[in-house]
Amino acid sequence: MAKVKMSKKATSIDMTAMCDVAFLLLTFFILTATAKVPEPLPVDTPSSTVQTKLPDTDLAMLTVGKVDGKEQVFFGVKGRDVRIKTLELMAQKYSLTFTEDEKAQFSLVDEFGVPIEGLKQLLAMKGSDRAKKGVQLGVPCDSLNNQLKDWIYTARQANIDVAQKELKFAIKGDAKEEYPQIKKIMDMLQDQKINNFNLVTGLRGKDY
Amino acid sequence: MAELNTGDGGGKGKGGKVRSKKSNAKVDLTAMVDLAFLLITFFMLTTSLSKPQSMDLGLPDKNEEDPKQKVKVDQRRTVTILLGKDNKIKWFHGLLDTPEPNGAPASAVYGKEGIRKELLKRVVSIPQTIGDKDKGMIVIIKPSKKSTYRNLVDILDEMAICNVPTYAIVNDIPAGEQKLIDEMNK
Repeated sequence: MAKVKMSKKATSIDMTAMCDVAFLLLTFFILTATAKVPEPLPVDTPSSTVQTKLPDTDLAMLTVGKVDGKEQVFFGVKGRDVRIKTLELMAQKYSLTFTEDEKAQFSLVDEFGVPIEGLKQLLAMKGSDRAKKGVQLGVPCDSLNNQLKDWIYTARQANIDVAQKELKFAIKGDAKEEYPQIKKIMDMLQDQKINNFNLVTGLRGKDY
Repeated sequence: MAELNTGDGGGKGKGGKVRSKKSNAKVDLTAMVDLAFLLITFFMLTTSLSKPQSMDLGLPDKNEEDPKQKVKVDQRRTVTILLGKDNKIKWFHGLLDTPEPNGAPASAVYGKEGIRKELLKRVVSIPQTIGDKDKGMIVIIKPSKKSTYRNLVDILDEMAICNVPTYAIVNDIPAGEQKLIDEMNK
């Protein structure tokens, strides 16, 4: 008599392939995720219900916040090529020279808040030291020495040169900042005929 | 692949006295896969969620050459909102001296129980009184010097929530409104 043999199937599934795929994806996401760099000027943005995301490219960020109780503005451009070009144009304007090394360093700086005369010093520092207190005290933007205006102008020029696109501007203000300070920045942008810009906000629900 | 079978074959020998343990050393990967997927989910979400939100703001061109070129609008359509310090608001509908019915200067707070109620009411009622669907409410936002950036964003957010068709940020404050603001900022 032929015995009917039950095939002995394992109840556990072979997880090896699944595990491989999962870790492959995990590696991918970890590598693509950009590490958050400590901001030189941390601000507490107000929240809104608007869901639009900030663009990734062709963007300049103006951060308005308080440093040691005084209102200061920090400036930053997205895109490494644009940063280098901006620095070159600014150097021309202020008759300064930056070495290739310094330019490369500058292209990695997300945001800075020093007068252009002090930029060399800042670039010579280590990344972790730059976020320290008292190192960066804001880009000068008063009527006597309006470097911020020049930064805005040259960044626009640089972006058109590099990406053939008009640069967009985002204002990242501290929620407790008083309106006149924000208005000053808006006026500065409007003086250059930039009438459209983004306000960076956090997210909240409509039910508040 | 990931199986480490050590014990098979050894124990089947007939009459073999030395029976090696039949331990199947196949590693259970379930927990590992669980963990991997959890981390994947985390990284996927954080990469897209960490992007900051932003609010688009368009301002009218500064027309300093001829300020006379200002557009005159129907007073029945305008609602003026004055932003004061400590999150206070004053608003009125129409002109300050001759406000529309129920539109006399009043205080309000931010949020759903405050200014939003009034705005939502008027967003609907204004086109009806005008009798033209395309002529909706116009909100004029006047932030005073003591108001904060949060106030400005909050009120712009309110505009987005209430679907106000036209709104503008205006910086020149006439004497009458300044008085209201001074009262509020006291």
